Amino acid sequence: MTWLGPEELDAVLLSLRVSLWATLCSLPLGLWVAFLLARGRFPGRQLLNGLVHLPLILPPVVTGYLLLITFGRNGPLGRFLEDTFGLIFAFRWTGAVLAAAVMAFPLMVRAMRLSIEAVDPKLEEAAATLGASRVWVFLTVTLPLIAPGIVAGAILAFAKAMGEFGATITFVANIPGATQTLPSAVYAFLQVPGGEAQATRLVIVAIVISLGALLASELLARRIQRRVTGS
Amino acid sequence: MSLSVTLAHRFPGHVLDVAFEAPAGLTALFGQSGTGKTTIVNAVAGLLQPDSGRILVNENVLLDTTRKIDVPVHRRRIGYVFQEARLFPHLTVRQNLHYGRWMTGAKVMDDAQIIDLLGIRPLLSRRPGALSGGERQRVALGRALLSAPELLLMDEPLAALDDARKAEILPYLERLRDESGVPILYVSHSIAEVARLATTVVALDGGRIARAGPAAEVLSDPDVVPALGIRDAGAIVSGQVLQHHDDGLSEIALSAGSLLLPRVDCPVGDRMRLRIAAGDVMLGRVRPDGLSALNVLPVTVESLRQSSPSETIVKLRAGEDALLARISNRSVSRLEVAPGLALFAIVKSASIARRNTDGSAG
Repeated sequence: MTWLGPEELDAVLLSLRVSLWATLCSLPLGLWVAFLLARGRFPGRQLLNGLVHLPLILPPVVTGYLLLITFGRNGPLGRFLEDTFGLIFAFRWTGAVLAAAVMAFPLMVRAMRLSIEAVDPKLEEAAATLGASRVWVFLTVTLPLIAPGIVAGAILAFAKAMGEFGATITFVANIPGATQTLPSAVYAFLQVPGGEAQATRLVIVAIVISLGALLASELLARRIQRRVTGS
Repeated sequence: MSLSVTLAHRFPGHVLDVAFEAPAGLTALFGQSGTGKTTIVNAVAGLLQPDSGRILVNENVLLDTTRKIDVPVHRRRIGYVFQEARLFPHLTVRQNLHYGRWMTGAKVMDDAQIIDLLGIRPLLSRRPGALSGGERQRVALGRALLSAPELLLMDEPLAALDDARKAEILPYLERLRDESGVPILYVSHSIAEVARLATTVVALDGGRIARAGPAAEVLSDPDVVPALGIRDAGAIVSGQVLQHHDDGLSEIALSAGSLLLPRVDCPVGDRMRLRIAAGDVMLGRVRPDGLSALNVLPVTVESLRQSSPSETIVKLRAGEDALLARISNRSVSRLEVAPGLALFAIVKSASIARRNTDGSAG
């Protein structure tokens, strides 16, 4: 990667780090919410569904602004998290993780939810009659059967996080070396005369990473699918 | 080894209220669709919580709503064979079979014997997706058995299969009933299956028990006929192969005489149960002559029951066996059929319900 300048390399590495953390942190919560939406029978399910999908339909700038007033250092949640855990989001790379996670969340939940709905509850009943407790039913039947959905959801979320721009730049700004992700860097380079070459290099990197992720998810999903259906 | 069930459950639109005992052997829950058969089995398995009830297996309380006992599904030690095999698609046949043992740690001493009994050894390393319907159902049966159950539940295990596949599995079920020693609760709406497999029959009608008892007794009780559906009425009689004739017929001895049937694939001396449908029996006041039918038995009328506006089911005594005949009301009055009357029954056909029964069965 010697043909990338230090500023460009920083942006690429930051984007990878942000996307990875955003994906990993939202996985457990995403799985839980997907289960609630797929299987739960409680009042307010539609409300939860709407809330999860909100970042998908809101302008990203609006989501970023909402994050800023909630998780900013003067926001109610932001102040609480800073006082209790020393966790600061505003204008830090952690804030980029939060923004990317929120924006990618609906895609992740959607993929997982579809795979959970495709699992026949009758198989879980059968497992219970064979002596499996609820935890074991989940670990030995449900989880293996929804694995392709989890992988698909995670890769989708990762790709979305890599490309997230609007909410990120609104929430954590565009500070080189601190919060400047790959898309923010492309934007910044295009703002200065003569920055086209740097922007182009970053665009190539973005294309390679996105295609790589897509390819990896296809291969992984196909392998798991083959193992699951046994055909 | 026995099962005792008392259940009451209210659904939107109908009510289930039953109490029965299932002794060792195969107890068939029999009745038309929507009579609550599957509900009973699911309640025994713990997949459905009834409004009130009490379920005991070998003196172990699985459910007692008055004492607030409700053993969770996975601790009930019940093998459940569903209508669809419900094999785990992500596991091999071998892993499916051993799933119960992984979960409970219960080891069946004779798992090799069960695998051979079901003829599934060649399938062990395959996946359920690559099995035929009959193979899948046999694996499901093996999986339930290998979890070392104290009771086997089977909900229409053959319903999804064609006749050839049914014929493939029925002998396994018979061996299971006779050799495993585990009581079986079997749901079916097929009279042929029930007649062939059941030692005890619980006939259900509209969420209630119409009649319960030994299979031969229940299935030939004219009072149960409406619950079974008129097409299904028929008697079970026991017989013994007497002789195989050169013209392709086999002679079966009954207590009241003998029947000639198309070649029966059993050695001379074997005992079997035959099912004679009520619609296949004609009645005559004199021994018929000049008729193509070969099988005539002397019988005595026991009781009559009008089964429809135009037809009557006549219960007959033929030696030690009971027979049923479905005849028109007009024939009843023309022949002056009444209890005690001696008649001749012309049996048009009989099917073998069960082979190799010993004298005490059903």
